[in-house]
Amino acid sequence: MKKHFLKATALVSVLGLALQVPAQDTVKVGVLHSLSGTMAISETSLRDMLLFAFDQINDSGGIQVGGKSYKIDPVVVDGASNWPLFAEKAKELLEQDHVAVVFGCWTSVSRKSVLPVFEKDNGLLFYPVQFEGEEQSRNVVYTAEAVNQQAIPAVDYLLDQGIKKFYLLGTDYVYPRTTNLILYKYLLLHGIAPADIGGGFVKNDSGQVISAGKYVPFSYTDFQQIVADIKQFAAGGDACVINTINGDSNVPFFKEIVAAGLTPDECPVVSFSLAEDELRSIPTKNLVGELGCWSYFMSLKTPENKDFLGKWNGWLKSENYPGVVKEHRVVDSPMELSYDGAYLWKEAVEKAGSFDVDAVRKALDSGDISFNGPSGKITVQPDQYTTKNVYIGTTLANGQFEIVKQFPQVVGQPWMLKSLDAQLQAKGM
Amino acid sequence: MRRSFVNTESIVVLAGAIFLIVVLPCLNAFTAPQSWLHVSDFTINLYGKYLCYAMLAISVDLLWGYTGLLSLGQALFFSLGGYMMGMYLMRMIGSLGQYREPIPDFLVFLGWSNLPAIWKPFNSFAFAMMMAVLLPGGLAAVFGFLAFRSRIRGVYFAILTQALTYAACLLFFRNSLLMGGNNGFTDFKFIVGYNLNLSATQRGLYICSAVALLFVYLLCKWMTSTKFGKIQRAIRDSETRVLFSGYSTAHFKLFVFVLASLIASLGGVLYVPQVGIINPSEMAPDHSLEAVVWVAVGGRGTLIGPILGAILVNGLKSWATRAYPDMWLLFLGALFIFVTLFMPSGIIGLPGQVRALKKKIQDRGRPAPPSDLTGAAPLPQPVPANSAAAPGRNASKPG
Repeated sequence: MKKHFLKATALVSVLGLALQVPAQDTVKVGVLHSLSGTMAISETSLRDMLLFAFDQINDSGGIQVGGKSYKIDPVVVDGASNWPLFAEKAKELLEQDHVAVVFGCWTSVSRKSVLPVFEKDNGLLFYPVQFEGEEQSRNVVYTAEAVNQQAIPAVDYLLDQGIKKFYLLGTDYVYPRTTNLILYKYLLLHGIAPADIGGGFVKNDSGQVISAGKYVPFSYTDFQQIVADIKQFAAGGDACVINTINGDSNVPFFKEIVAAGLTPDECPVVSFSLAEDELRSIPTKNLVGELGCWSYFMSLKTPENKDFLGKWNGWLKSENYPGVVKEHRVVDSPMELSYDGAYLWKEAVEKAGSFDVDAVRKALDSGDISFNGPSGKITVQPDQYTTKNVYIGTTLANGQFEIVKQFPQVVGQPWMLKSLDAQLQAKGM
Repeated sequence: MRRSFVNTESIVVLAGAIFLIVVLPCLNAFTAPQSWLHVSDFTINLYGKYLCYAMLAISVDLLWGYTGLLSLGQALFFSLGGYMMGMYLMRMIGSLGQYREPIPDFLVFLGWSNLPAIWKPFNSFAFAMMMAVLLPGGLAAVFGFLAFRSRIRGVYFAILTQALTYAACLLFFRNSLLMGGNNGFTDFKFIVGYNLNLSATQRGLYICSAVALLFVYLLCKWMTSTKFGKIQRAIRDSETRVLFSGYSTAHFKLFVFVLASLIASLGGVLYVPQVGIINPSEMAPDHSLEAVVWVAVGGRGTLIGPILGAILVNGLKSWATRAYPDMWLLFLGALFIFVTLFMPSGIIGLPGQVRALKKKIQDRGRPAPPSDLTGAAPLPQPVPANSAAAPGRNASKPG
């Protein structure tokens, strides 16, 4: 059986080689997302969006390098929501396929898993999903929203609305914990007393707060006690909930919020892990009026966005990639940032005149690489974070958002904790 | 019959060992990357991972195939070994983490400014290795003692082991355990002074894994051929009879359970520096189930079977996640269903099945021959058909 298997593989590879010979100039590009397992529901959409972006680039003449035009040849692999497998696949893409760049990862743990591989093989990864920051690798371009491009604008908006009490609630992992600790410090700086920050604190031996907020395990469902707590906390008015709960736990949470009679007018909930794509799969009626904050909303009414959505829908109709779902599709921020990433990389390659990672990085670091995407202008900063617009929206019954506020061109900041500590110290707090 | 089988197996093992321990690393180290003979660093690393999985598979088989104890929690011991190695590797990062602090990054982020007490001894490689023996071994001893003393067996034992690994998984997800929470440990730099990013280090780790696997194989081979091994299989086939013959089966089972946990832990210890990450999802019940599948595919109740199964299934997974990223799960699922339905003794039992089938075709139309059960019969029996691997087996089934 093994022999036949080997023969078959040999035959397939010979055929493959024979077919590849007459092909024109192509450049291999890796796509590393989970297409199976728990994360597939979110990550498959990013794969689809990347295939769309590549087709679009190829159809409009490919990438121009050294007077030649290169077509993108995507190498799609499945990380299968399995973190060691992510590292293996990253290694395979970089060492076996020699891809010029990789677009991929969703969870922080998958990024942490592939990071050593990218650093060892000097690869380049475009990472598109909101995250906790506190990391800065020369081998990653963070198109994703950093904490100051999502959580902080949301808090600014709420402060503006006269909110004075903030309840912090999240799933127990690195993103919610870091975000809430940053928010705790940020709120102190803006004159909110610790007593008005809900969810509880953990202090170390020297009395310093090392964790703020209430945490629940993954897939937690029993929110009765927590919501009762929130109701008590919100009793005096002017309160809100900062929600960093991940995934399906949001369903029982919002059910409980509605059951407790906490309306968005009385105590709004702002969620950082629920975008249009997630709202497709959970009942939205309990979320109407609650807030979201992202660097893109599908409901943006710019001509660029209209054009983009039209082309995306056209592509969905005509494409014939295996596994791409055609019906009931939406676009959300991680997808849009994946799309932006593909164009930012193209721009950098063309500026560098080479696919070489060091040359591309040099171009990226110049600060001139930007793209006018569906959400507006996005620019790669010299620290490989990105500057982009940030929007606040309220959830509608159809799973879309109505935009209520825009923060133009917010600069991404990698090290929020340190900078807030310094500001607190300067104020003697 | 028996002699020839043993000889075939020794030849296969010898050839396999030479190939894995000597030939592959040499092809990696001494051939030019352009040469068609060259084995890339990536392949070496990949095989290193498979060989660690093979140790996990052997540990499952030692319990399931040889003792009739289906453990659905062996990945827990594998992960515990991995975590102990991981703690050592985290300390070896020194100040090279994201925060440039002398303690692991996740501790900085949890607000620690100096090292918690449980982390201090892990600067020592020897201590970490000692813990990789004591922690999984100790846990297996306590859990096994309680389970076997209460005569928990069969499906109840399987459920309990699964619950144990799930509980551990939830525990390790908690950040307050100071084990890195969801992200676990990653970004390792050095092991006993060697840079983990160098291909020579990875090759060394690969050779260690291959040698460790050979050692585990020989140990199990020897053990199952002794009187102890006979009692082990007797427990599998009819525990009550063994009890009535005056043996304390609980002690035998406890010993095998602890030994299996140590084999799994050894796999985990070698696994972590090669894949570069350990986190609680390794303890999730589906990982233990996967290991059971490798054993079933390879052929349980043999020692070559689990090794073959682990390498083949994982090789197929590596290949298919690249070649058919959308379809591979269906692929793998179909394979498992096929093996369960039509290959009850796995790949190892395939030649016997083919022989039996041939005989059946030849005998068709002739008067019924006297029944001969020495050749493997393709009956869906829970123990492998290779009677050479299970001498003295009678017709009764394990409970």
